Amino acid sequence: MNRYAVALTVASALAISACSKKAPEELPPTPQAPTTAPTAGPAPAPSGPTPGSQAHFAQAMSGQDTIYFDTDRYNIDSQDQSALQAQAQYLSQYSSARATVEGHADERGTREYNLALGERRANAAKNYLVSLGIPANRVTTVSYGKERPKATGSNEAAYAQNRRAVTVILN
Amino acid sequence: MKFRLGAAFAFTLLAVPAAAQEAAPPPILPSQPSPGQPASGQPAPGRPAPAQPVPDSDVSEGGLNVTVTDENEWQDLGIAIPAFATNRDQPTPANSQGTAALGMELARVIFNDLRNNGLFRPVGPDALPQPSYQQITAPAWATWQGRSAEMLVHGYVQAGAGDRLTVGCYLYDVQLQQRLVGEGWEFAPTDWRRAAHKCADLIYSRLSGEDPFFDSRIAYIAETGPKDNRVKRLAIMDSDGANHRFITNGQSMALTPRYSPDYSKILYLSYLNGYPRIYVYDIGSGQQTLVVENQNPTMAPRWSPDGRSIMYSMATAGNTDIYRVSASGGGTPVKLTDSPGLDVGGSYSPDGSRIVFESDRSGSQQCYVMNADGSDQRRISFFGGRCATPEWSPRGDLIAFTHVVGDLRVGVMTPSGGGMRHLTNSWQDEAPTWAPNGRIVQFFRTQQGSGETSIWQVDLTGRNERRLNTPVGASDPAWGPVLP
Repeated sequence: MNRYAVALTVASALAISACSKKAPEELPPTPQAPTTAPTAGPAPAPSGPTPGSQAHFAQAMSGQDTIYFDTDRYNIDSQDQSALQAQAQYLSQYSSARATVEGHADERGTREYNLALGERRANAAKNYLVSLGIPANRVTTVSYGKERPKATGSNEAAYAQNRRAVTVILN
Repeated sequence: MKFRLGAAFAFTLLAVPAAAQEAAPPPILPSQPSPGQPASGQPAPGRPAPAQPVPDSDVSEGGLNVTVTDENEWQDLGIAIPAFATNRDQPTPANSQGTAALGMELARVIFNDLRNNGLFRPVGPDALPQPSYQQITAPAWATWQGRSAEMLVHGYVQAGAGDRLTVGCYLYDVQLQQRLVGEGWEFAPTDWRRAAHKCADLIYSRLSGEDPFFDSRIAYIAETGPKDNRVKRLAIMDSDGANHRFITNGQSMALTPRYSPDYSKILYLSYLNGYPRIYVYDIGSGQQTLVVENQNPTMAPRWSPDGRSIMYSMATAGNTDIYRVSASGGGTPVKLTDSPGLDVGGSYSPDGSRIVFESDRSGSQQCYVMNADGSDQRRISFFGGRCATPEWSPRGDLIAFTHVVGDLRVGVMTPSGGGMRHLTNSWQDEAPTWAPNGRIVQFFRTQQGSGETSIWQVDLTGRNERRLNTPVGASDPAWGPVLP
């Protein structure tokens, strides 16, 4: 319900501002158009992600869909553990959702080794999820090595962002 | 395909009597080229042997004169390469203006081959007078002596039946007024550049004593788009960057190609269907097939030197090991490594008996050598930093690798890990691949920040470094052997 209210407010604001450029006096008719759409119920659902979808998962995790690693390492530290616990909780709640863990490395290594390293990191995350009770057949892994950086800089801050394993819901 | 032209010196190991061929200078030998006639002293076609120094070593050793033993001296030789002559200017599919214009292009390709590789001091056809057809076998010595050319390249091109081209190539010593070597080839018009590369190879081999390498191709990854969403496509080109062709359309990320020894196939990694797997792409049919049917990711594909086996790396539950499987399809993969560390990549020694690979079993990436069956694994890199992407030279004497010491640098070492030295010094150079003769290494360089990639090459002195011209960004070069 909250989300609908937000959507409505935004839509109204847009409508009003759009109108105000042309005819500032004519306020009444415009807000009515958007009100009908959201109240129509489940059909269009303008911006709220479907529960159990990747968009919903990413929103619910608010950053905890990703865990980070030190150079050349793949161990799961306490911060990673809490993130993976949140992920496992979500996967338990939406028990039909299947996930893949994407493993990544920073750019300061060779291509093929980084593919192997990304796979090892993704597996470390997967193994932890499985240890928390998520069936292994619901979680796959894929390594992108250094080919898909999140931060595009060539500095330690960027590398720290890129040495990661990201859990993604497969829709 | 290939035939020897009359040679003045016995050490070129001609099967035919040299005198008989010399007796007929001007109308050279286009009448005699029997296609497919095996040339003496050459490896049989269709075999992967050309990449190895063995078959030609007799020729070079026997043919060495005093000048070629000193590298600096032969490097400084001035070589004049005027336009190739034609007996009759006639249309050819290889050049819209005809065979005379094609003769000019042939000389330009040879000139650029030598110049771009820092070999000799070549002067190209645009700065030289054009010899007549008759002069190809009887050079106007006074003209070339006046230009202080020490060496002179003459050649001819003729269009024959079925538009096939016959190209002859001669190297003369201007001071001695002697022919040093001559050879001819017959090619389909689409392959005309190969005739020029063959001639460049002939000149280079005769003067340096080294094995040829120009007539070869390179598979690589073409890169476009932003750093965090780069499109990576499989592409191929000739050794000089010509005849560029994209193989894949970029919808699935492609990485780490390797030409088969006979150039009929390319092994590479693709994210087709979302997950990294190695495929073998058949160039003739355009079809590709999975190398291994398995749920696990496969990567780092390599051919054995005889092309019969494929070595690859596969991750099982996060741990990567190295395997070998028959290249003809089917068959059970053989697991070559079994360590809890990541064992990745690898490269066969030219005789196929050993494999150099990388592993982080010691705690960081280091280079190891094992027998081809996986036995006797031992670490060879003990010089500090990390050792990655080892690549055995086709000559067998050196291993090129990526030395990760903060920056990534290309280095070489002996197969026992000795004599380590760097060939490059930049922010990020990786993934060396050898020229067919083991004298030049290509690699790819990544720009700090932008992540732009480009292919570079450097010779074993580390001095002659240059960037290759590619239409877009380029990485993962894989240099094939001399073409069969």
